[in-house]
Amino acid sequence: MLIGFAVSLVIGIPLGLVLARVRWLDETLGSLVLGLQTLPSICWLPLALLWFGLNDGAIIFVVVIGALLAITVSVRDGVKNVPPVYLRAARTMGASPLAIYTEVLLPASLPSMITGAKLGWSFAWRSLMAGELLFVSVGLGHQMMMGRELADMSQVIAVMIVIVGLGLITDYLIFGSLEQRVRERWGLNA
Amino acid sequence: MAEPRLSLRGVSKRFYGRSGEVLALEDVRLDVRQGEFLILVGPSGCGKSTILNIVAGLERADAGEVLENGKPVSGPGRDRSVVFQDGALFPWLTAQKNVEFGLKQMGVGRRERAERARSYLRLVHLSRFADSYLHELSGGMRQRVALARALALEPQVLLMDEPFGALDSQTKQGLYGVIQEIWTKTGQTIVFVTHDVREAVCLGDRVVVLSSRPGRVKAEYPITLARPRHVEGVDVARKAQQIAHALRDDLAREQQEEYDLDWQPAESGVLRSADSVMGDYI
Ligand SMILES: Nc1ncnc2c1ncn2[C@@H]1O[C@H](COP(=O)(O)OP(=O)(O)OP(=O)(O)O)[C@@H](O)[C@H]1O
Ligand SMILES: [Mg+2]
Repeated sequence: MLIGFAVSLVIGIPLGLVLARVRWLDETLGSLVLGLQTLPSICWLPLALLWFGLNDGAIIFVVVIGALLAITVSVRDGVKNVPPVYLRAARTMGASPLAIYTEVLLPASLPSMITGAKLGWSFAWRSLMAGELLFVSVGLGHQMMMGRELADMSQVIAVMIVIVGLGLITDYLIFGSLEQRVRERWGLNA
Repeated sequence: MAEPRLSLRGVSKRFYGRSGEVLALEDVRLDVRQGEFLILVGPSGCGKSTILNIVAGLERADAGEVLENGKPVSGPGRDRSVVFQDGALFPWLTAQKNVEFGLKQMGVGRRERAERARSYLRLVHLSRFADSYLHELSGGMRQRVALARALALEPQVLLMDEPFGALDSQTKQGLYGVIQEIWTKTGQTIVFVTHDVREAVCLGDRVVVLSSRPGRVKAEYPITLARPRHVEGVDVARKAQQIAHALRDDLAREQQEEYDLDWQPAESGVLRSADSVMGDYI
């Protein structure tokens, strides 16, 4: 899960950055990404099973697809909304194209990047649970199915509560505080 | 005669916007001497910012060219730094880091960068706020950070787009002093945009008046008053009044066009001054 999410971040952020800045790529690859996003990521599972077999590789693949698309789209939109005057200012100060990416576009779109990561995380989490329910790997979802098979309602509900708990914890503790910090610094908390 | 520092040769610029085609600049010819403090004034929308952007290399002229020391300007360069109309500072950086930004791009070392940024912040009286983020500063303070940021690059040419437009008169007066002092010390060439004629007279060696739609050089006034000048000074006020007369007709026409009203400028108290005498600026 974490691996899948990390991979999505590593690919999704640069991809979003590039899509936002390169017109022809955006018109081709960008529309493809948008289109694919409408497909629930668990639909990739059969394909992943064929490619990777019945193991963790398949589930990681599904997690990556789920999170990657959401992250890419958010980053792309974030970068597109960076006020052009920042870029002009950077250019007059002699910023190289690389520096414009790393020192202007990236920090300027950080708030929307965090939103993207948050969204990506929830997609990843969903894909993971769905994958486990389908018995691809062993984990919480798997526990839940076990409960079902044993007709143990309390186990099923307990697992559901754990899932909600984990979701809330990551949302509040990790993304919540990160978002808060960034918003404060950027002066977005009016 | 020495080569002009900047030379605009028949610069024209057209925009295609939602409201149709706008001829923003038409055949603008203008030379700026090395070390000159040149002021551009003109009504809103006459193309002042556009001229500055073209000189900065951020925008291309449709026709004509800009020469710097005889060489065509083809893009932005560190020899020309800009103070933007709305500051254009980076909200994710502190005041200090904003001023350091350009120096970092130049490859100045960390230590020296911090040192230089601090000294320029001191110059605009913001030492205390070096570590503040932008949203913690007032509009006037932000504009001073922007000034420090441009100055820190120690450019040959300083392009300023209504840098003091949003400041209170108290702060402005202080900065008029600061900027005249810097200019005297460094001998930089400054192109300064404003629509405040008094500000123009207080600061400039020469005031160039632009007409609007299309933007063209309408008139020029050399200002030979002794420095340092004070905005409240009588000499400044008198000269400003003369130039204001010239601007008046244009402004009235523009407002009439814009609001599309049957509006009589002569009836408006706003535009009339007590001692207006036709032709006293000739
Ligand atoms: N990117 C653009 N697209 C379309 N039209 C533009 C664009 N930039 C400027 N214009 C038009 O060009 C004209 C000149 O604009 P400019 O910003 O240079 O005016 P200005 O003299 O700086 O005005 P102000 O004093 O209000 O800042 C205006 O009529 C404006 O509508
Ligand atoms: Mg302007």
